[in-house]
Amino acid sequence: MSAATIFFAALFYAATAILFAGLAFKIADYARTPAPLKIPTTPAPTGAGGVALRMLREVALFESLFKSNLWIWAFGILFHGALLLVLARHLRYFTEPVWFWVGWVQPFGLYAGFAMVAGLVGLWGRRFVVERIRYISTPSDHLMLALLAGIGITGLAMKFLMHTDIVAVKAFFLGLMRFDLQPLPSHPGLYIHLTLVALLMIVFPFSKLLHAPGVFFSPTRNQADDPREKRHLAPWAAELEKN
Amino acid sequence: MAAAEFTTPELKDFPAIPRLSPGAMGESKPYVAAEKINEAIGFPGALVPDWEAKAIDRMGELLKKYRSLKVYLDACVHCGACTDKCHYFLGTGDPKNMPVARQDLMRGVYRRHFTLAGKLVPKLVGATELTREVLDDWYKYYNQCSECRRCSVFCPYGIDTAEITMAGREILDSIGYGQKYSNEIIGKVHKIGNNLGLPGPALADTLEGLEEDVKEDTGVDVKFPMDVQGAEVLLVTPSADFFAEPHIDSLIGYAKVFHAAGISWTLSSKASEAGNFGMFIGNYDQLRKIALRIREAALELGVKRIVVGECGHAWRVAYSFWNTLTGIGAGANDPFAIQLQNQLDQRYKQPSHICEVTWDLIQRGALKFDKDANDQRIVTFHDSCNVARASRMGDTPGGQFEIPRNIIKAVANKYVEMASGTTREATFCCGGGGGLLTDELIELRVKGALPRMEALKQVVDQQGVNFMATICAICKAQFTKVLPYYKFNRGMVGGVHQLVSTAIRLGDK
Repeated sequence: MSAATIFFAALFYAATAILFAGLAFKIADYARTPAPLKIPTTPAPTGAGGVALRMLREVALFESLFKSNLWIWAFGILFHGALLLVLARHLRYFTEPVWFWVGWVQPFGLYAGFAMVAGLVGLWGRRFVVERIRYISTPSDHLMLALLAGIGITGLAMKFLMHTDIVAVKAFFLGLMRFDLQPLPSHPGLYIHLTLVALLMIVFPFSKLLHAPGVFFSPTRNQADDPREKRHLAPWAAELEKN
Repeated sequence: MAAAEFTTPELKDFPAIPRLSPGAMGESKPYVAAEKINEAIGFPGALVPDWEAKAIDRMGELLKKYRSLKVYLDACVHCGACTDKCHYFLGTGDPKNMPVARQDLMRGVYRRHFTLAGKLVPKLVGATELTREVLDDWYKYYNQCSECRRCSVFCPYGIDTAEITMAGREILDSIGYGQKYSNEIIGKVHKIGNNLGLPGPALADTLEGLEEDVKEDTGVDVKFPMDVQGAEVLLVTPSADFFAEPHIDSLIGYAKVFHAAGISWTLSSKASEAGNFGMFIGNYDQLRKIALRIREAALELGVKRIVVGECGHAWRVAYSFWNTLTGIGAGANDPFAIQLQNQLDQRYKQPSHICEVTWDLIQRGALKFDKDANDQRIVTFHDSCNVARASRMGDTPGGQFEIPRNIIKAVANKYVEMASGTTREATFCCGGGGGLLTDELIELRVKGALPRMEALKQVVDQQGVNFMATICAICKAQFTKVLPYYKFNRGMVGGVHQLVSTAIRLGDK
């Protein structure tokens, strides 16, 4: 077993642990923290069903962003939609036999790789071109885009420029999942691709990527507009009534 | 002290997003509250020596109490969607008035003290220490936000800068660095009963005078009752309605509606104020204490309904927060709230907005109007931010937009909408909300009104609009002051119930 195989195995175990533990911690923290007042941005749905729909539109269609700025919406939906397809395509490395719909999605996932990078380039370009967005961009905003673009470009490069032994890559990841270490092909593109992916997994729970779980906990979006009909009281606020 | 000179922005036919002008509003700040004012409402008199540690501690406490703050400080991706949505940015070009930049003033300190990344690689993630310079920026720019929530409509995660501003002001107050205007008013509401410091006897005089005026005008005995035990309705309205122009004309309108419908009503000398500046400073205890006055008055007077007058943030507090804070509402299962909810008539929405009351009466045919009486007016409607984006009227979402418009159309013949994108949920703040309605901030107020003034100019030029109706005491006061800067007549602004008052038929007249 090569040192690289052992290194990447350890890296992915660590990254997976950090990603899931970190996210679980953050999600538990969000869930535990009360929202003491009713603050849905109105007009808002009056019941749970409506709230679920509003959230679905927000998460799947980026409804508010659409109202806000068509360029950001277009690049954003291009990137996120493509990322979803790319992730779906990659499920073939983790399933045996490959789920039927993962097989079905393969060609789409392939072109989505280009769309994903295009979306990222668009979003990144705005950070340079639009004065207002240049002003608010921090180094980490650029690095995050670099990281994602790097993952996309190395992935595309392995498909179109310098093939790697994907059967062996699949064996490696299935092995990881079964705690049965298999050799990882020696391939610089693959090494870079996997390192960047692991890095992304590791920074996820400590960065602005928390927007993904965060949106579900956003009181302006997840609260129903029913304050006159139901009394909403946080535990710490209820304590005040005992005095 | 005279405010520094400034140039009123030009009204463009096609509003444009301004170029960044860093530091443009770097000198704009309200007066700091004096010792007496702060101490009267339980805050340290002046900036405490160990303010930095105290501020960080307070931020830690707030992060445990408010999910909004915690999620919003984490979730922003700096996408920039909000950057051109704030009226203060559009009017001033100061980049720190972009919602995301305003949030980042706190987010930087949050990252430094409460996140791993900010502790390990502060430069990379924009983390900063809470230096005196940053603290002063908080004071300046958290007092250049009117908590109008326009940015929250457009944020893909619903990040509400108002929540950050409120937390910022709460932290500043907790270390003795609060603003005079809001804190002084909160002191008055506790001491005297209303924001304007109008004592009970003076209020009684004013109401008596109003009865005489209305009698003279109409020949009808329209009453303005106060502290009437057993009245059906307790009306809680902003104290500006008692004497400020044009507010008072709406108060007369409410009284005429109750008179014409035969509903017994009363004001309360104890709760002679609907406004609740506790919300503006983000202080839950003050918010609650001020709201509890209404509960006490309602219990003492034994009223069956609680109705709120034309006031934007007051309606937000009443509609969205009263049930939580005081049990005015329905659906409670705790003794505290049940006591009041049993007293109130649950056939009506509790609390109700005066517009809900009036529209309901109109629909039932209980009110008659001479619409022609408003014919000299070509009316448009300015949605007030807190009503539009933080409350509702009626049974369906968006009722807060339809009901006031329906009333206007029922009492006036000529009605015009301002451009879409400047009304309803996308409405622009008047520029004076959220505890900024003070003279030393006049430059901010004038410039912040720019987007609304541009939309108004369009309907004035093209459709001859000469009356902008609104349902907020702050909007009315702000526009009265700011309209002349843009060469409009200050008398153009007025209340929806001012229009009702003009057209309503009283008795057999």
